[in-house]
Amino acid sequence: MLEYVLRRLWHMVWTLLLVSVLIFWVVNLPPGDYLSNQIAQLRASGEASSIAKAEFLMRQYGLDQPLWKQYLIWMGFWPGPNGFSGILQGDLGWSFELDAPVADIVGEALWMTISLNLFAILFVYLVALPLGTVAAVKANSAIDYIATFIGYIGLATPNFLLALILYHKGAHWLGLPVGGLVSKELADAPLTFEKIRDIATHMIVPIIVIGTSGMAAMVRRLRANLLDELAKPYVVTAYAKGLRPAAAIVKYPLRMALNPFVADIGNMLPSLVSGSVLVSLVMGLQTIGPILLGALRSQDYFLSGFILLFISALTLVGMLISDLLLAALDPRIRFSGRNA
Amino acid sequence: MVKATPLLALEGLTIGFGDARLRVVEDVGFTLRHGETLALVGESGSGKTLTGKALIGILPRGASVLGGRAMFAARGAGGLPEAPRDLLAMRPAELRRIRGGRIAMIFQEPMSSLSPLHTIGDQVSESLRLHTELRNDAARMRCLEVFEQVGFPDPERAWSAYPFELSGGLRQRAMIAMAMACEPDLVIADEPTTALDVTTQAQVLDLIRTLQHDTGMSMILITHDLGVVANMADSVTVMRKGKVVESGPCETILTDPRHGYTRALIVAAPHVPAPRPEASAAPADPIFWARNLSKTYRGRRRGIGAPPPVIRAVQDVSLTIGRGETLALVGESGSGKTTVAKLMLRAEDPDPGAEIGFRGADGRELDVAALDGAELRDFRRRVQIVFQDPYSALSPRMSVLDILTEPLEIHGIGTREERRAHAAELMRKVGLSPEHLRRFPHAFSGGQRQRISIARALALQPELLVCDEPTSALDVSVQAQVLDLLRQLRDEMGLSYLFISHDLTVVADLADRVAVMRRGRVVEEGPAAAVFADPRHPYTKALIAASPTPDPGRRLDLAAVARGAGDPETWPEPFRYEGDRAPPLREVEPGRQVRCAA
Amino acid sequence: MTRADKATDPDAAREAMLDPDAHYVSAEPYDPAADVQALERSDLDASTAALIWRRFRRRRLAVISGIYLLAIYLALPFVDFLAPYDPAQRNPDAIFAPPQAVEFFKDGHLAVTYPMRSEIDMNTFQPVFTPDLDDPRPVRFLARCGPVYTLLGLVETNMRLFCPPEGADLHLLGADRLGRDIHSRIMHGARLSLTVGLIGVVISFAIGMTLGGLAGYFGGWTDAAVQRSIEIIRSLPELPIWLALSAAIPANWGPVSVFFMISVILGLLDWPGLARAVRSKFLSLREEDYVRAAELMGAPTRRIIMSHMMPNFMSHLVASATLSIPSMILGETALSLLGLGLRPPAVSWGLMLNDALDLTAVEIYPWLLAPMVPVMMVVLAFNFLGDGLRDALDPYS
Repeated sequence: MLEYVLRRLWHMVWTLLLVSVLIFWVVNLPPGDYLSNQIAQLRASGEASSIAKAEFLMRQYGLDQPLWKQYLIWMGFWPGPNGFSGILQGDLGWSFELDAPVADIVGEALWMTISLNLFAILFVYLVALPLGTVAAVKANSAIDYIATFIGYIGLATPNFLLALILYHKGAHWLGLPVGGLVSKELADAPLTFEKIRDIATHMIVPIIVIGTSGMAAMVRRLRANLLDELAKPYVVTAYAKGLRPAAAIVKYPLRMALNPFVADIGNMLPSLVSGSVLVSLVMGLQTIGPILLGALRSQDYFLSGFILLFISALTLVGMLISDLLLAALDPRIRFSGRNA
Repeated sequence: MVKATPLLALEGLTIGFGDARLRVVEDVGFTLRHGETLALVGESGSGKTLTGKALIGILPRGASVLGGRAMFAARGAGGLPEAPRDLLAMRPAELRRIRGGRIAMIFQEPMSSLSPLHTIGDQVSESLRLHTELRNDAARMRCLEVFEQVGFPDPERAWSAYPFELSGGLRQRAMIAMAMACEPDLVIADEPTTALDVTTQAQVLDLIRTLQHDTGMSMILITHDLGVVANMADSVTVMRKGKVVESGPCETILTDPRHGYTRALIVAAPHVPAPRPEASAAPADPIFWARNLSKTYRGRRRGIGAPPPVIRAVQDVSLTIGRGETLALVGESGSGKTTVAKLMLRAEDPDPGAEIGFRGADGRELDVAALDGAELRDFRRRVQIVFQDPYSALSPRMSVLDILTEPLEIHGIGTREERRAHAAELMRKVGLSPEHLRRFPHAFSGGQRQRISIARALALQPELLVCDEPTSALDVSVQAQVLDLLRQLRDEMGLSYLFISHDLTVVADLADRVAVMRRGRVVEEGPAAAVFADPRHPYTKALIAASPTPDPGRRLDLAAVARGAGDPETWPEPFRYEGDRAPPLREVEPGRQVRCAA
Repeated sequence: MTRADKATDPDAAREAMLDPDAHYVSAEPYDPAADVQALERSDLDASTAALIWRRFRRRRLAVISGIYLLAIYLALPFVDFLAPYDPAQRNPDAIFAPPQAVEFFKDGHLAVTYPMRSEIDMNTFQPVFTPDLDDPRPVRFLARCGPVYTLLGLVETNMRLFCPPEGADLHLLGADRLGRDIHSRIMHGARLSLTVGLIGVVISFAIGMTLGGLAGYFGGWTDAAVQRSIEIIRSLPELPIWLALSAAIPANWGPVSVFFMISVILGLLDWPGLARAVRSKFLSLREEDYVRAAELMGAPTRRIIMSHMMPNFMSHLVASATLSIPSMILGETALSLLGLGLRPPAVSWGLMLNDALDLTAVEIYPWLLAPMVPVMMVVLAFNFLGDGLRDALDPYS
């Protein structure tokens, strides 16, 4: 088991490294960069002190170096002008547009992003598991049809459309705060109980919006998996032992269907995180989504690069957790090396 | 004389399927006495398994009991039977108390019938928790006791093992342990040994017999194999298409079958041939041969830094097939017999140093291992293969006509019309009507598909056919028909066969020579008659001793099975292997070789 | 008791069946030769395509979705004719005009509508539209109106299926902030929004087939490399990467190039699913005995792939492609919605919804959300169709 964990970890680090190269390449795709554009502009208007500052920043972050070197410096694999000072060392870079360290800009938004996604996953789990189970066990019953209906809604209404609808009508229909994650008057307040409650109520609608399509997909798949498992011979064995049907289903087929369920959570994560970015943009949530959009528009690439890397890392860590969970649940993975 | 109350008296059982209430089992009845075994015999679709499942109320979705009574008299205190109660009329909760406690069931596929995510101990002790007062340690002790009883070498290990960690034989022992845990009055065993190798089957059958003797339980043995029946049953009920066609005491049925179907089953059942004196030396005119054939696979690397394990699928195999002869290559699963066929057909490349030769009717000798291009295509035309699985062997998207003309098309033989006529001719040859040419493979039964596969193999008028277990997926009666067809075609067309089988008795009548494989090596090779009459190697002896035949006078010889069935390291001297080193093949008689030290 | 007696006397026969000591023989006939010719499953005696079609036809929802999609795709070239307005045509009198009512079979006309009169509300300074119910005017069918367009690139005409009545407007779904007809824009927007998915799928199909096929065919090192890239791309959150890639499209590119680039970007991240399907199908089909039989007959590789393997996995691929089109349509919508996708003057559903991001506007003019309806319908239709195809694919189970 330990070996599996190590192997899986190694695998993740490796993937993340490749992903970081990919991301760095993508954010540097647009011709020119923020600083060169700005310097050109400043030259035209002739502000000497600003030019000096921009040129200082350029040297500071090694932007005068070839691209591959810039990448290594950005990641902290290569000494920049200040020695090793990259993401690995905790220096996330400088936002040229907002003229502040990236870390300061994204700070709180990171936590908001993480908690939003975490709660969305919990929502998916808590709703999909019972709904999918009942839908499969009572196939073609009223509950099954309700689950199917929810499934189609989730399928047909992509989360940003749902967000648009709820953005406009949510407050009216649900009596819940919509838009943003914190009330204006509490935005700069310290983290008190009051503020946490405020954030929590603000999160309800976004969580439903982000989670619905994933939840609907999970219900469909759990239902299909469980229906498959219900027809397997080991279920007949359990019945033949004299187990009550409910007990037999919970102990055997549901337990089996749980494995693909857990694995699916991992597979669902990229689209869930995608959805959270999109929904944040539509509903104006203070996550990193809006910051990312702004940074991409203005080619503020330390900022956009870090956010993309962070989102990818979030997804990868989530997938790692789901894989480890799966290994803990499935002895065939856990004991693959054990001799009988 | 007043008859004692039987354990189970079933009458008039009728089972319907689907909304149309299609009667898949109709008016089935039998009586099972305490301590006896009743064999429910039939081929696929006979309704035998449904009958067994109906007794304990676990019919699959869509099937339901439409009528009948099953009076079950459990053993009460002091061994006296309780008042009989109707299993088919019980309320579910009541039936659940009997199910698993008084009546247990053993299923065919131990792997899929055990949950892969729960330990054996958990699954076995579950019945104890459901039906007895035993809990925790007491239940565990009882389980370990049962594990010991069913022959687990290490009961403690079995308790915490998962099904995927056990071999097929041990898994079935776990299933048996699960059934035996509560000391039931009746065990319904549904093809309990069909998925097992023949030597393992013999051991499991012996185990069941011993358990029955020790506990006095009764058994309903559901099987298609009359050989197993002869070794196990007191009485027999033969079913066909949902109805009982013949029933009676075991000996009577096997020695004096009256119904045409029962007779056909008995004739079709594999048997060990009577010794026939026939001295045939090494094949005089070899058509296809291999020398020093080996194949090594690299396994998946386990653990970081560890070298990948090496799997020797085939080691140093040499075979010769004479023109017009049939060589049977026999071995249990994993013995490497199919790999040998693949290597000889160049479907895979052997390790360097192998020599494969083919001499066709034109007398030209081909070095098969070195062939390529047009030469290889020519070789492919002369040697064809018939596969095991009739469902995977034919492309579902092609009509029978397309399937049969494709080989000719590939080799550019004949015009469209000629190819069509040839296909019709092939259909007639394999006993099918040419009218079926327009049809698609999925419309046919397994036996018919296998005939079409044979027809396709014959399309290019090959000189040699490789038959890879062509009958093992078929029902017994169909198997006999296909074997007959193969024999007839060989004699008519002067074919030679390399016939691969896991079952010695299947090839008994067809083969001229037999080579027995175990763990990638040939352990004995010689004329079929001689090998059957006088097997020299302990493994060959075990295979023959373990093959059940429908002859009440011939019982399985467990002592012989035990001597030869184990790992090669446990074989008696001079046959024993030392690790990876095996004794050489020695010629003990002209044309007869056995792997043993001097 | 003799055998003959048992056969004639059913009660006695039953008794023999139930007596373990008696020998019971049923009177059922048995003919061993009868089975050899009889078909076991005559219902499966048809080509796979026919069987799939037979099965697919039974899924009503999928068939309806298929017909619906076929109809709207076939209508795309004729959008200029079908829509009453040009998508760019501005109508200063109809800024934020609400949907207009139409009555059918009234006053001897096929359809009539009522002209909208607008007044400025002196409290909000917003125009307020009210239909003039006393002045029904007939909608003109097959009439000439609006700017000239080129039908199918051949005929220059301004003939349209229906035109607004003389002296009035016909905004069936209202108008937007520039007074452009939303109904006409939805129809024109369908061109880009629906084709973006098709082009994207073609690209993802090409990449997926090539890489999946290579991985499945060569195995070993190639396979490992392909598998690893599949894993990486699948673990990336799509939308942010799409955003980053679209942000890289130079601002000075024309609408056509932008449209094409967006399709490429959507296809670039979508192929792993297809590649994985191709690879696994390839591997499993290679193990099928009928493929091995063809190999051992001496069939050349090309023939094996073309006539034995391709037909078998193409149907699966068509189904999975059908299921991945909606995600691309949604991708375009999302990108355009956020202003990083298509750029005006192009018209697409996403671009139209971009207007709806303005909270206050939608509060007052909810018809700005109208493009959501076709998005949802098309997405649902593709899903139903894809599900139906997938379920019909294996007609032998």
